[in-house]
Amino acid sequence: MNDSLTTYVLYFLIGQYPNGPLGGLALTIMLGSSALVLATPVGILLALARISPWRTLRWPVSAGVYLIRGTPLLMVVFWAYFFLPAVTGHKTGQFTTMLVALAIFNGAYLSEVVRAGIQGIPRGQTEAARSLGLSYAHTLRFILLPQALRNMLPSLINQFVTTLKETSLGYIIGLQEVAFIASQVNSQVIVHPVPIYITLALTFFVLCFGLSRVAHALERRSR
Amino acid sequence: MIELRGVNKHFGSHHVLRDISESIGRGEVVVICGPSGSGKSTLIRTINRLEEIDSGQIRVDGRDIHAPGTRIDQFRSGIGFVFQQFNLFPHLTVLDNCTLAPIHLRGLAADVAEAKALALLEQVGVAEKAAAFPAQLSGGQQQRVAIARALVMEPPVMLFDEPTSALDPEMIGEVLLAIKNLAHQGMTLVCVTHEMGFAREVADRVLFMADGAILERATPADFFERPQHARTQKFLADIRSPFGRY
Repeated sequence: MNDSLTTYVLYFLIGQYPNGPLGGLALTIMLGSSALVLATPVGILLALARISPWRTLRWPVSAGVYLIRGTPLLMVVFWAYFFLPAVTGHKTGQFTTMLVALAIFNGAYLSEVVRAGIQGIPRGQTEAARSLGLSYAHTLRFILLPQALRNMLPSLINQFVTTLKETSLGYIIGLQEVAFIASQVNSQVIVHPVPIYITLALTFFVLCFGLSRVAHALERRSR
Repeated sequence: MIELRGVNKHFGSHHVLRDISESIGRGEVVVICGPSGSGKSTLIRTINRLEEIDSGQIRVDGRDIHAPGTRIDQFRSGIGFVFQQFNLFPHLTVLDNCTLAPIHLRGLAADVAEAKALALLEQVGVAEKAAAFPAQLSGGQQQRVAIARALVMEPPVMLFDEPTSALDPEMIGEVLLAIKNLAHQGMTLVCVTHEMGFAREVADRVLFMADGAILERATPADFFERPQHARTQKFLADIRSPFGRY
């Protein structure tokens, strides 16, 4: 019994690794953090496009953001799963598929947070920067974005926590992240679904709570 | 130095600047006054193109600044602008507020820019606040920092848009003194203000605006002692006895 418990715990933490692909909690953390690292710049770029003075950039990007925000993440995952191979011509791994879906989906949401953050900065800041002779790009980089990102921190973290939880949708395309593994363990053990899924829930809770605390500390330091 | 010719501007159906023509010479100190809503602020903001104009021409040092091909950023770095609300950058220290533009636009080394900024902060009397953030300063100190920030770029022209209107009364004097010192250094200076004492003492010329037009141009002595236009006379009477004539 102890041996099989150890096996299950290991399976839960790292999947079949090193005898198979990395999975479990380790994969969830990898996917979640990569998605955050990708979605943040995507969100900033989309936001900049949406507030840009050039209509030819603003309109298509706004339409794209509305389209994605009006679609369930599950659809975006399917869409990435079937669409990416068709476009690139070769099969995309589940990890990459899920990463692309999360980056695009969360990028669209983050772009609204960033846009609101930038547009919430008083007009006088832009005017002061421009009157000194700073260009639009300089004004964004040195004046607007630093202030906006600081104001946005709570909303950003909110979105980051959501992203972390959304990695569990990788289940649907057979990605061996922690929720998938938990259900695998459950179907092998059969008789203990409650403790298994409580463990899964607690695992996500600890991850998300930890992220919130780190964010809270950052927020207090930046005040 | 500054040449406005037939300038018109509308905000929707509101004709906010009506055919303004005016010429301001090098080293001249001009005060623009008039009732609120008369277009003073809009006018001064068109001079560095914070506001676009519908027709007419504005030349600064011979350059048509509302022409399509004008490199506006380069042009603006040669005109200092001071706002009613100071508009310091709250996330930067006083010193960084002043060095940002010279470092990124003039390519000055950080230590050179800092030395220059400190000298100017000294000149306006806030050098001891160099390491502080704007929120830690009084309104008067913030506005003096804003003046130093504009001066670091060594502009030949400074524009002031109601620089003391957002200040508590006891801080108005320190800011006006800083502006007055600039005037005495021979800087070309345009100032929208309600401070008539300042206009009388420092200005070479006073422009009176109402309803988007310049109704009167005069030396301070003529303006205050012998106002020609009925609107000017009423304006002066109103500001002299704010409770009305009994």
